[in-house]
Amino acid sequence: MSEQVDETSAATTGPGPGAGSAAGENPLAGEHAAGRGARGVAQSRSLFDPEILRSAIAGSFAKLDPRVQVRNPVMFVVLVGSVVTLVEAIAHPSIFTWGITIWLFLTVVFANFAEAMAEGRGKAQADTLRRMRTETAARRLGAAGGEEVVPAAALAKGDLVVCEAGDVIPSDGEIVEGVASVDESAITGESAPVIRESGGDRSAVTGGTKVLSDRIVVRITAEPGKTFMDRMIALVEGANRQKTPNEIALNILLAALTVIFIPVVVVLQPFGSYAHGQVSVVTLVGLLVCLIPTTIGALLSAIGIAGMDRLVQRNVLAMSGRAVEAAGDVSTLLLDKTGTITLGNRMASAFLPVGGHSEEEVAAAAQLASLADETPEGRSIVVLAKERFAIRERELGGAHTFVPFSAQTRMSGLDLDGHQIRKGAAEAVRRWVREQGGSIPAELEGIVERIAKAGSTPLVVADSGEVLGVVELKDVVKQGIKERFEQLRAIGIRTVMITGDNPLTAAAIAAEAGVDDYLAEATPEAKMELIKAEQSGGKLVAMTGDGTNDAPALAQADVGVAMNTGTSAAKEAGNMVDLDSNPTKLIDVVEIGKQLLITRGALTTFSIANDIAKYFAIIPALFAATYPQLEALNVMRLHSPASAVLSAVIFNALIIVALIPLALRGVRFRPSSAQSILRRNVWIYGVGGVLLPFIGIKVIDLILTATHLY
Amino acid sequence: MAFALTLVALVVVLALSWRYLGAYLVAVYEGRVRWLAFLERPIYRLAGVDPEAEQSWQRYSLSLLVFSGVSILLTYALLRLQRFLPLDPQHLGAVTPALAWNTAVSFVTNTNWQNYAGETTMSYFSQMVALAVQNFVSPAVGMVVAIALIRGLARRSARTIGNFWVDLVRSVLYVLLPISVVFAVLFVSQGAVQTLAGPAHVHDALNGVTQVIARGPVASQEVIKQLGTNGGGFFGANGAHPFENPTGLTNFLSIVLILCIPVALTYTFGKMVGSVRQGVAVLAVMTILFGAWLAVGVVGQKEPNPAVAAAGLPAQPQGNTEGIETRFGVDSSVLYGIASTQTSTGSADSAYDSWNPLGGLALMAGMAQGDVTPGGVGSGLYTILPSAILAVFIGGLMVGRTPEYLGKKIQAREVKLAALAVLAMPLAVLVLTGIAVSIHAGTAPTLNKGPQGFGEIFYAFLSQGNNNGSAFGGLASNTAFYNVTGGLDMLVGRFAVIVPVLALAGTLAAKSAVPASLGTFRTDTPLFVGLVIGVIVIVGGLTFFPALSLGPIVEQLSHGRLFG
Repeated sequence: MSEQVDETSAATTGPGPGAGSAAGENPLAGEHAAGRGARGVAQSRSLFDPEILRSAIAGSFAKLDPRVQVRNPVMFVVLVGSVVTLVEAIAHPSIFTWGITIWLFLTVVFANFAEAMAEGRGKAQADTLRRMRTETAARRLGAAGGEEVVPAAALAKGDLVVCEAGDVIPSDGEIVEGVASVDESAITGESAPVIRESGGDRSAVTGGTKVLSDRIVVRITAEPGKTFMDRMIALVEGANRQKTPNEIALNILLAALTVIFIPVVVVLQPFGSYAHGQVSVVTLVGLLVCLIPTTIGALLSAIGIAGMDRLVQRNVLAMSGRAVEAAGDVSTLLLDKTGTITLGNRMASAFLPVGGHSEEEVAAAAQLASLADETPEGRSIVVLAKERFAIRERELGGAHTFVPFSAQTRMSGLDLDGHQIRKGAAEAVRRWVREQGGSIPAELEGIVERIAKAGSTPLVVADSGEVLGVVELKDVVKQGIKERFEQLRAIGIRTVMITGDNPLTAAAIAAEAGVDDYLAEATPEAKMELIKAEQSGGKLVAMTGDGTNDAPALAQADVGVAMNTGTSAAKEAGNMVDLDSNPTKLIDVVEIGKQLLITRGALTTFSIANDIAKYFAIIPALFAATYPQLEALNVMRLHSPASAVLSAVIFNALIIVALIPLALRGVRFRPSSAQSILRRNVWIYGVGGVLLPFIGIKVIDLILTATHLY
Repeated sequence: MAFALTLVALVVVLALSWRYLGAYLVAVYEGRVRWLAFLERPIYRLAGVDPEAEQSWQRYSLSLLVFSGVSILLTYALLRLQRFLPLDPQHLGAVTPALAWNTAVSFVTNTNWQNYAGETTMSYFSQMVALAVQNFVSPAVGMVVAIALIRGLARRSARTIGNFWVDLVRSVLYVLLPISVVFAVLFVSQGAVQTLAGPAHVHDALNGVTQVIARGPVASQEVIKQLGTNGGGFFGANGAHPFENPTGLTNFLSIVLILCIPVALTYTFGKMVGSVRQGVAVLAVMTILFGAWLAVGVVGQKEPNPAVAAAGLPAQPQGNTEGIETRFGVDSSVLYGIASTQTSTGSADSAYDSWNPLGGLALMAGMAQGDVTPGGVGSGLYTILPSAILAVFIGGLMVGRTPEYLGKKIQAREVKLAALAVLAMPLAVLVLTGIAVSIHAGTAPTLNKGPQGFGEIFYAFLSQGNNNGSAFGGLASNTAFYNVTGGLDMLVGRFAVIVPVLALAGTLAAKSAVPASLGTFRTDTPLFVGLVIGVIVIVGGLTFFPALSLGPIVEQLSHGRLFG
């Protein structure tokens, strides 16, 4: 039953087999994420939704507060610099001094705008969620058994509440009594109801979701204000966003570069005086701002926020940015076989006759025996019979009785016109045939064994004491998954399949799916051991899980993605929750983590590489009066010293705006080896970063000249 | 043609030294070399050092700082007390306090900046006990820091990075002393003087005057001057003096001695971290930059001297020979000069102030890059590795993983320490140059005004900040201002790099290693070599481009062309 729920949700919400391979071709394209966002928490909003744009523009001025700015040393220096030039501009007003002042000020505004844009979508989503979280009334069960209606906010941990069809579940909890179908679309965006029942791994319910049928009693497990929905709002909004380790390290580097450029620029004043030249303070401030890494400084926090947001677009909630970064570092993925690697259900794949019967006879009998069998396995037999021999569902004439599957007989089938048709486990059918006085064909043993060895399940079909043949039920590996694993291998990630199957079956499926390794007959303890062994070798491990017995392993893993359908223990233990409960998504999570780091690295490289052109623009301009010979360094042939400095400052500000889409979408990530990713990015952002500003500054200078400002 | 042969010979000799001296150094620091154990053990007993006890990075740094501090005090005291000490045939008086301070710091920091002429300031005792001793131990200090950093990278989850005293003793005893002894004999055979007999008085009957020719224990100091990338000569004329550097062979050997240990240490590095390729990558960075600036220097010096040309004197087919020893010629002098300025040696066999501006730029470039190509003994390696770490950090992010160098994750603390180590020198140099050009005490002692004068001041601080010690000349720097500020410059350039580097060694040693996979950013590829070159050139260029523009670049442009 539970597997069926998984299947439906995977088929409609997550990247199931089809979506998985589509994502493989273009896994991180913006349209893709946006398209998917329509269904999840993420409401349908493009990156540049007009509403977000409006609020971001307002936000970029609100963030001018020095208390906000001081948190970003690079932009703080720009702000201070613009104040210095403002003083100069008031004292010595000219188009140049005011031009520089305004553009420095705009540089800060643009940086704020980038951050506000990144926050905008999260904020909009959080608002939507808040609106949905109506003040719910809860029907609390008293100690005496009576019911009282209290506001949801008044519920304490441990309280018991009753929910019936049409009720909104007031808070997170665990079903202690009953079974119900629940609409979880408020969280997952998926409208198909899911089944929740007391006991086992499907007992968790989330506050804000709606009971569609039946009656359940829920024990509240969350403190007021700390429900899953509350956490989700906080996460989506980025309320308690903390800098991640790599972000901190990068900030240190940027601060160091800012600190060193201050003396570099300040000493130009005495250097200039020594040469009997006058160096304008405005120009020096302009030079300083051009040299410090403003591009990455302005976009750094936007990149981080957007990275988290990309996960949200895929209906994954990361409890911390640290977890997203860790995902990029993962070197081993532990993947559950069922639902991740295989479709989760065995499917009939072949009819194998014995004792001189034809394949079609086997198919016909198997189909008859499966007509009343509503399990996916049973349906797959009917489907295969139809595909292979065009045996359609038929009207059963005459007297017929369906024989349902039972744990005792381990067979099912039907009795029709005196025929007793059965299908079932090899051992059970053999026993039944012997009891009927039939004999077992010699070749049966071999066929059954071969199928089992190949990782499939044999179902023996018999008709009134005569064995007709065997149906092979195969564990079907998801389409496209093998290619996915190849890509992972290319980026240096090892995949390990976890399964409860015996080693033989596991080996066969592992070979077919193309995983690097497998853990058969896995117990929670064995899983834990495996994680620890990998980690002791310095590797980072990611896994998915949903059961309570997965919780310790989820906590131990560096990236633990809990399924939303899982127990609250699992969700507590993991550092991410997948609202779609689609374990294949672990791969996407890894790619998003990598993309986040790549975007930061690429824009840092770009930012530093830009400085070269700016020097060639400003140094000749700075000392033009003292040393006209330095005009030889003016390789861009900029019109005048003033236009040169202004062009560099304008370029420096505009490049921030130009790169906002890249910062928000992330640098394109193609799964390949570190070497080739690096080569590509060094060319684009390193070499490109050196060349682009030469062109950009020249173009701006031409425009300034054309407008006759200079 | 002869120059091409010189280069080929140099490459061959250095390749051998890279492989065999490099391997020997591994053995020395792993404690496998014991042929002087009969000397080594008593030293530990005497000093009360347990050679088996390893130190944390904090203790290692403390030992190093105490040793260097005591060395400065001791050298200062010896110079100040010179007149009361033996072996002073010329009866030279006490060295003045400011000069003694500058000189003590200079020799302890492996800088060997000399605000004096040796033959008229230092007694034989000062030369041999105060200065020559530092010529041995100061490079040893550089080597032990490099080794400590290598250990930090090589070790896994370790709390210690070696024992400073043991590393120091072994560096001197097994590496610096034996090579110096052998080559000193060779230098003597070529004509370098070695005597305690005092200056020679030669009566010139023809002119009726008596010449005083300075002599002394020169050859013994000469080899360690180069081998230890010290650079402080016995005579003011340094390697241009025939008693220090008598022949073309000694000139060639000087260049070999300067480069051999810094080059060999890259092999030592590769071997100790378990992959010689890693060492080759670092060596490639050094070699490419060295070759590039050598080419710029040669091109620059092959141009005629513009002043000579302007005076209407005959054509200069050999290039700019002003300030060049005719015994060595332009090419070899450029090679010597580039080798000396790119290794923090600072010895000279020509007058740098007379070089064409483009040549002067080439001399300054090595120092602007932090003297890492291949840099001083030990200091070259321990200064280039933080740049490599920064390259790993930026490049590593670009492949989508927390960056790792040799399996060690580069995180906030490592970035902080590496940035400190890389940026300390530019900060000191720029601030001090800024002060010097602003005040009379700074500008008065320059020989020239304008860009050349600026270059002289800037060069002084650049040289001292890099613990190079070469002088551009033209700056009468034996003044209270230059002695004091220069001393500060040298201290920052030495210890503000060493302490972060040792801290880096400590934090790296404590880390476990991440196993390499296809997803790992590789640090033994041409791409990485290019990235490190990029970081060195861009950091050096961005910090010093304005200063260089106002010095040699504008001067060169005044001659109407920049390149060629």
